[in-house]
Amino acid sequence: MDSKTAMIEVREVRKYFKHVKAVDGIDLTIKKGEFIALLGPNGAGKTTLVEMIEGIQKPDHGEIFIDNKTWKKNEKELHQLVGLSLQETRFFEKISVLETLRLFASFYNLDDQRIDEVLKLINLEEKKDAWVVNLSGGQRQRLALGIAILNKPEVLLLDEPTTGLDPTARREVWDILKKLKKELNTTLILTTHYMEEASYLCERIIIMDSGKILAQGTLKELLSKHIKGEVIMFSTQEKFDEKHLPSREKVHNVMIEPNQTEVEILVEDLVSYLPEFLNKFQSEGINLTSLECRKMTLDDLFINMTGKHLNA
Amino acid sequence: MKQFLQLISINFKEFYREPGIIFWAVLFPILMAWGLGIAFKQKGDLVQKIALVSDNETWITKNENWNRLIEESENQSGFTIGNKKMGETHYIMMSVSWNEAVQMLKKGVTEMIIKIENDSLQFHFDPHNPEAELSYLQLKAALNGSDIAKNTIDFVPMEQKGTRYIDFLVPGLLCMSVMMSCMWGISYGLIDKRSKKLLRRMVATPMNKSTFLAAQFVARLGLGFLEAFLLILFCYFYFNISISGSIIAFLLVFIAGNIAFTGIAIFTSSRTAETRVGNGLVNVVVMPMMILSGIFFSYHNFPDWAVKIIEKLPLTLMADYTRSVFIEGAGIADVIYPVVLLTVMGVAFSAVGLRIYKWY
Ligand SMILES: Nc1ncnc2c1ncn2[C@@H]1O[C@H](COP(=O)(O)OP(=O)(O)OP(=O)(O)O)[C@@H](O)[C@H]1O
Ligand SMILES: [Mg+2]
Repeated sequence: MDSKTAMIEVREVRKYFKHVKAVDGIDLTIKKGEFIALLGPNGAGKTTLVEMIEGIQKPDHGEIFIDNKTWKKNEKELHQLVGLSLQETRFFEKISVLETLRLFASFYNLDDQRIDEVLKLINLEEKKDAWVVNLSGGQRQRLALGIAILNKPEVLLLDEPTTGLDPTARREVWDILKKLKKELNTTLILTTHYMEEASYLCERIIIMDSGKILAQGTLKELLSKHIKGEVIMFSTQEKFDEKHLPSREKVHNVMIEPNQTEVEILVEDLVSYLPEFLNKFQSEGINLTSLECRKMTLDDLFINMTGKHLNA
Repeated sequence: MKQFLQLISINFKEFYREPGIIFWAVLFPILMAWGLGIAFKQKGDLVQKIALVSDNETWITKNENWNRLIEESENQSGFTIGNKKMGETHYIMMSVSWNEAVQMLKKGVTEMIIKIENDSLQFHFDPHNPEAELSYLQLKAALNGSDIAKNTIDFVPMEQKGTRYIDFLVPGLLCMSVMMSCMWGISYGLIDKRSKKLLRRMVATPMNKSTFLAAQFVARLGLGFLEAFLLILFCYFYFNISISGSIIAFLLVFIAGNIAFTGIAIFTSSRTAETRVGNGLVNVVVMPMMILSGIFFSYHNFPDWAVKIIEKLPLTLMADYTRSVFIEGAGIADVIYPVVLLTVMGVAFSAVGLRIYKWY
């Protein structure tokens, strides 16, 4: 591993709670200036992993280095280096946006000029005198982001920074992050449930479930490596059973909705499978009410790997 | 330094932007002093209802004094015993059957039944009820033609400064409000911040933890001074109360009390992230001291072994010595003992609290 360019190193990290293996042996190297997305369903272990990197939780096993420093020995320096936003923080309720920023700026010894810059950046200039209780959910998210970037951190760790934002606000956050990358060469880990966000912002996408990394790479790599095949979606009049499918070995994955009439299957070669499929249905007298075929997307890959939708 | 000032300023703003807190912290102690001060200022005229069960219509008995009292009373509704100095008690006689009388006693409408049987009087009451006992003694004295009923009695009412109930009450209220303000302001405030994940967000910056806690202490102390000042000011003008001892001694006890309660507050808030648990914890600390520490009434009626313990409670220490400065004119040398003890308590509690403190 090239330690000169590695900004964050996670080695064999595990964190078990009573009944869950929240993070179950993760290795990860992130280069300086790299943008990483952690993608995974609820309970995948994203927050736990990120909070361990943030120094908020301690791993049961394994080591974490940021800029070759550890939380145990270099807490002070790391606090200066890292900016973060937690999945849910409720700031002082009856304190205004400006006062909140001022308070956090004082921890980093920053002047008012930086506060003005950040206010402009997170687009809360108009709301700067409003109390935090009176902000909308999206405005609060932007305030949390503003606090995360106050000290121009080299490493930025954001836990679901755009959850609950409307599409415009989400775009704005993306633009802010893109700008940071360009201007400051920030290293970023962000967790998200949005495929689009991951692919727009990040060079590398890491898919996690049950505390483990299932796949990682650029969007292109993930698609070309893991996605061979196409999806057939259909619905039937009667309840459908898997045993009606012909040549079961050619089908990679079957997903039947709880109503048992809507089905999605993943096949490797649509051209050869589809005629076989239709013939079998005709001969068994199964009535299709709809039929659709499409290329596999990252979302399908995700379902295929984890059995869960991304935003469940 | 900059972060220290910022933290203090946030603390102040959180305080004064919460109208409820202002009521409880500032207005409530003043109202309490005012209400209780008035209530106990003068033994006002009391009205006591007595259930009268009689076997004859005229209520005439062998006792001449009784017969005279009944005769004097208008439409036989009752009579007044006592005098201006002691306060007068107006007894209202309610003529009822025995069963009704017992009902009245159970409901607390009356505390005494007088039964007239074969021309003699019988008093029925619970001897553990001091009010009933007092009525009995007062009535008995009147019926025996004793002095208590007349204005010629030989006691002198003590209304000198320092001996009134309000003099006892105000120093206690002052200390109680320090306890409340530390326990709710610091303890509950920290637990609330932890539950909102704000505490971990703040700790995940270069913020200095001791600066953070010091700011809590200083902000509370400042607010405490303000609250105490307003209470004393009110009581000075309304009840003519003043600090007869050394002001510096008072300040020392006051600051030491703040140190003690800040320490206890930090300790209480050290683990839980549940505001409901926090609520309970704060009450567990606050309630016993409010009752035991002699804020509203003296704790010397408790058994001796209990008094020994009660005397060492931080609120008792603070209240007793604040009182001795206010009333007995204690000086700096007299308060060294509580000041040291309170400071040690505060430091010890915060040291233990910080060892187990859950910042994340
Ligand atoms: N303090 C804790 N005690 C016990 N279990 C925990 C604790 N924190 C997390 N877990 C469990 O660990 C697992 C991973 O949780 P985590 O919060 O990391 O998921 P996540 O990927 O961030 O999910 P989400 O998308 O919902 O935010 C979950 O099953 C969760 O219940
Ligand atoms: Mg999470």
